[in-house]
Amino acid sequence: MKTKTFPRGIHPPEGKGSTNEKRLEFLSPPEKVVIPLHQHFGNPAEPLVKKGEEVFLGQKIGEATSLFSASVHASVSGKVLSVDGHNHPLGKPVLSVTLANDGEDRMHPEWEETEDPLALEPDQIRKKVKDAGIVGLGGAAFPTSVKITPPKDKPIDTVIINGCECEPILTADYRLMMEYPDEILKGAELVRIATGADRILVGIEDNKKKAFDLLQQKAAPYSADVFLLKTKYPQGAEKNLIYALLGREVPREGLPFDVGVVVQNVGTAKAVWDAAKTGKPLYERALTVSGDGVKEPKNLIVRIGTPFQVVTDSCGGLSKDVNMIIMGGPMMGLSQWALDVPVVKGTSGILAWSSPKPITEFSCIRCGRCIEHCPMGLVPTQLMKYVKYEQLSDAENWGALDCVECGSCQYSCPAKIPLVHWIRLGKSQIMSQKRKKSAK
Amino acid sequence: MTEKAFIIQSSPHFQDKDSVPKIMLTVIISLLPAVAASVYFFRLRAIGLYVSCLLACYVTEAIFLWVRKKPFQSLWDGSVMITGLLLAMTLPPTLSLELAVIGSVVAVAIGKQVFGGLGHNIFNPALVGRAFLQTAFPVAMITWLPPATLAVDTATYATPLGNLKFQEAVVQGTLTPIKQLFWGNTGGCIGETSAIALLLGALLLLTKKTIDWRIPAGILLALTAFTGIFWLAGPDRYASPAFHILAGGLLIGAFYMATDMVTSPIHPKGTWIYALGIGIMVGLVRLFGGFAEGMMYSILFMNTFVPLLNRTFRPHILGERRKTS
Repeated sequence: MKTKTFPRGIHPPEGKGSTNEKRLEFLSPPEKVVIPLHQHFGNPAEPLVKKGEEVFLGQKIGEATSLFSASVHASVSGKVLSVDGHNHPLGKPVLSVTLANDGEDRMHPEWEETEDPLALEPDQIRKKVKDAGIVGLGGAAFPTSVKITPPKDKPIDTVIINGCECEPILTADYRLMMEYPDEILKGAELVRIATGADRILVGIEDNKKKAFDLLQQKAAPYSADVFLLKTKYPQGAEKNLIYALLGREVPREGLPFDVGVVVQNVGTAKAVWDAAKTGKPLYERALTVSGDGVKEPKNLIVRIGTPFQVVTDSCGGLSKDVNMIIMGGPMMGLSQWALDVPVVKGTSGILAWSSPKPITEFSCIRCGRCIEHCPMGLVPTQLMKYVKYEQLSDAENWGALDCVECGSCQYSCPAKIPLVHWIRLGKSQIMSQKRKKSAK
Repeated sequence: MTEKAFIIQSSPHFQDKDSVPKIMLTVIISLLPAVAASVYFFRLRAIGLYVSCLLACYVTEAIFLWVRKKPFQSLWDGSVMITGLLLAMTLPPTLSLELAVIGSVVAVAIGKQVFGGLGHNIFNPALVGRAFLQTAFPVAMITWLPPATLAVDTATYATPLGNLKFQEAVVQGTLTPIKQLFWGNTGGCIGETSAIALLLGALLLLTKKTIDWRIPAGILLALTAFTGIFWLAGPDRYASPAFHILAGGLLIGAFYMATDMVTSPIHPKGTWIYALGIGIMVGLVRLFGGFAEGMMYSILFMNTFVPLLNRTFRPHILGERRKTS
């Protein structure tokens, strides 16, 4: 069978072998969870509880007060210990609710079962998704309720379910596909109903052939087509995935809406189904704990707010020489300086290893490999130079803002130049210039 | 806080193992067959040129780095060795070692360091050194010797291209045979004579994707087309494209000098223009110019267009134009 793909990209070592065949385990909730009120793209949620209050499992403890936001729910039942700033994986303290777990998982009485969620109206689905605080679980944590509310003038014809998991090492999405295929497909169907699309396309990289076979076998009742994609990074990047499956190019500065597409990660699809079926809010997620520094790599389903330390301890702990902790995948993940940060909705993995001494940086020798591999068609080395010499308008003209920070350029750079870092800097400078201009 | 703090770095956290020194090392290895061939054909004269060029290049680089207060790492990245080797390979065997040293100093100082060192130069450093020698010491640069393997009883000897240009070799029927050019048993700059040795190294560069195949392909294509037209029109007056490809500095230039990453375009469209430009210009010089060989000036000439080509062509940014499916 012919696999679909996008132009350029890279082939980093996959490193999925140590967890590929390990079933998802439920990690028992810890004695204390720390739940940040800001775990998503957009504005933070407003706290709804005070110190000393008793909460149920799944009770809303943070309310989304604006459109680009997501509610936050208690991931254990118990008592509120504090509502204050706490370290967050994004690197700065965030207002967080700390809960003492009473160990009873008393469910919130307001959870409502739906007999047949597939008969729900689009508005009802959207409301349930919003109430459940669902965000994109691929890593960017974009509020899903926004994503399934396309503007009136942008008709949606296709829902794409992203089962690529193109980041090396991570296997949690693969396990979800293997163990919860029906939930994922039903969730996809709900997204299709909510967006008014005609069809569902599921994209899976060909290193996950088993998941492809399983989903294809189950897809018939759901107007879904499952496609095998070439194993290549970043196959799961939204715009590249849309191009690979449909040959449509999302316009620069545009959204998938503009080409009639909504993309959802497999984990998100499952969360949508759970929320619609049982009323279960998003208080836990699947993630991979792996890397050379983890003694027993695992795929886990972890309650939001569980400290990284608890998660790594449950995987046999870390070897002594570990000097790097990464939240997410090795290509786009965020390095962490301590293990006291909690698992948030965007935590797709916790990786640990011992990193060798960084290699000295050389001057760019214009080998052109960054251009050869950039999935967006940019010239990273040129962008780097424009940012370095503060030629921001040139950087913008050459597409700095189109960079998705996938890291393909830097991965392939023989001079070891931190290209992504330079482009990121340029992007933030361009954006702040724009804000200043519009403020005038 | 916790007792242990971890390294914080910007993503990505994976990197390919290839590096600038490894690329340079591949180029050096690929040059070895041709270096060996040159030593075989020109014996001590070749060794003398290599030693003096390499020493002079390293010393010049070191002095410049010291004066510019730059780290000495570029001494070890292999780029200086490539410059030294390539310069020596493009010198005639008769050249005195002092001139080789002067050429080396110019190559590194004017060709590379005044622009800011590795990665910032516009022209191929070795060719800058060679062009300087050609201009300043024109006679020394066109005095040739037969290879040690050829039993000819002459003090001087013409290169195959010189023979073609100034002695009407085609008309006289004295054109150097292709076989001799292929093995390198002929006169010329020490590293350029053996086509087989150069092609062996080129094979390594192409399979390891160290060089862009478009550059040699474009040069060979343009030169074949250009010289081919004249050869077909008048085989009694013009040499065949095969002769032009194998003679002189064409191969060493096409595979090792025009392909210098720093001084060649980064976008494929620019690369084609650059390569075809070199090929056509070499043809023009060889057939109608005042020099027997035009490879050096053609590469240097097209080098000047690289910044322009890099600014003119860029890939299609995803989403730049709209496609309908």
